[in-house]
Amino acid sequence: MLEITGLDVHYGQAHVLQGVSLSLGAEPVAVIGRNGMGKTTLCQAVMGMLPASGGSVRLGGEEMLGRPANRVARAGIALVPQGRRVFPSLTVDEHLRLVSRGRGARWTIERVYETFPRLAERRRNGGTQLSGGEQQMLAIGRALLTNPRLVIMDEPSEGLAPVIVDHLVEVLRALPGEGIGLLLVEQNLGVATDVCGTVAVMVNGRIAATMPSRALLADEAAQRRFLGVSTGAQH
Amino acid sequence: MTGSLALTVVLNGLTLAALYFLVACGFSLIFGLMRTVNMAHGSLYLIGAYVGYAVFEPLYDQDVWWAWYAGIAAGVAAAAVFGVAMQAVLLGWMQGQELRQALVTIGISIIVADQLLAVFGGTSRQFFAPDAIFGSTELPIAGRYPTFRLFQIGVAVMVGLALWLLLARTRLGLMIRAGVDDRAMLTALGVNVPLVSLAVFALGAGLAGLGGVIGATAQPVAQGVDARFLLTSLVVVIVGGMGSIPGTAIGAILVGVAEQVGQALFPTYSVILTFAIMAAVLALRPQGILGRPA
Repeated sequence: MLEITGLDVHYGQAHVLQGVSLSLGAEPVAVIGRNGMGKTTLCQAVMGMLPASGGSVRLGGEEMLGRPANRVARAGIALVPQGRRVFPSLTVDEHLRLVSRGRGARWTIERVYETFPRLAERRRNGGTQLSGGEQQMLAIGRALLTNPRLVIMDEPSEGLAPVIVDHLVEVLRALPGEGIGLLLVEQNLGVATDVCGTVAVMVNGRIAATMPSRALLADEAAQRRFLGVSTGAQH
Repeated sequence: MTGSLALTVVLNGLTLAALYFLVACGFSLIFGLMRTVNMAHGSLYLIGAYVGYAVFEPLYDQDVWWAWYAGIAAGVAAAAVFGVAMQAVLLGWMQGQELRQALVTIGISIIVADQLLAVFGGTSRQFFAPDAIFGSTELPIAGRYPTFRLFQIGVAVMVGLALWLLLARTRLGLMIRAGVDDRAMLTALGVNVPLVSLAVFALGAGLAGLGGVIGATAQPVAQGVDARFLLTSLVVVIVGGMGSIPGTAIGAILVGVAEQVGQALFPTYSVILTFAIMAAVLALRPQGILGRPA
């Protein structure tokens, strides 16, 4: 579904993404790594929010690089960004109306409210009056309403209470059944391995290793090397 | 000051505020979405007034009843088209480079002023309002008051309501408000933000053109008033809060009424009052009365 090959991104002199290659089919893939390794840059470059200096990003064989973000979104990639980035001036309902593609689409406003009943209760509240978990639900609902083929999520569990993270994991696990691809960027190893069968580890702007989740969970030395933590402290 | 005189002064202030609001709300919208400080906003006012007049005059000479309305339509359309061209040809390419955009729009305002002088000459012009809104109306306490000025206040109220409806109820309005908050995120949701920007520029410039025709009906328009309206727009949106339509309305009323009251009470120093308001707002609430902190 998504094929990233040799993706290069520079910030001025800094070579932030160095030939990143990653491929994703129907099964969700997680990208893990410590802070500052280039994970958010990867999300933004794939989405077309940052210019790439080389490489290729193909969705279903179609080249995405060089397109403005709105055309990448129209092609079927949706982003749930780090920090949620809900619009402070818009209410919950207005967020959903903004992106809704009408009644015939698979994801409708009603369906988002069914998936996240909490959002329905808060439909008249402004974006900044929501709790972190509610903002995250809104960011996910907003992304799903574009009826994407692939969702990129950048640290969705960041700063959320464990019970909300559990609900989040449930929602993410349901996506493949909908035929929606998922690229999950996480620092929380528990969430990443719960949702995805395959984990790619990012170190200094490169994919250092790609392995099955079970293999990473069994290998404490690798966890310490790539994340600086052991599973005991996570999730 | 007698009660009737006081009321007349306040009404004059509101009339002026209505005109300031029409011109400044476009300025505020454009800044809100694109962060462009449009230094050519006064030129859009002039373009509206002069092009509107060029259409109005021959029709008026033939005694056509709709001459003034045709002038309005032409003025609004000319300003809107010019605004869209400005955004499409020049400003859109420098999105996010505020200083460069400010310099480019100053350049545009100089060119427009000279071209208008070359085409229309230096004599001042004034529209004649149609009979329906000409003459005067009897008001309680204030006595007879020019009907066109009341009409002017009515137009500003209508435009304010229409803008509020647009922003609160329509999809374009949602896009504009979301774009003011976070342009990049709005784009990532599949919205063609440059296209929304063009629509906002057309709207903001068209309103400046409408202000031009209305203003040139209330009092003669001449070369040089572009600078006055640019300056007033700046003061109004600084006082009211950049990007906020209700803020712009409050700013316009404060500035318009202050100008008229100042002229009635201490004519020589009345200009100071406007800037005293601006200084006070900047000292106490730098983001403007209804503005959000940057």
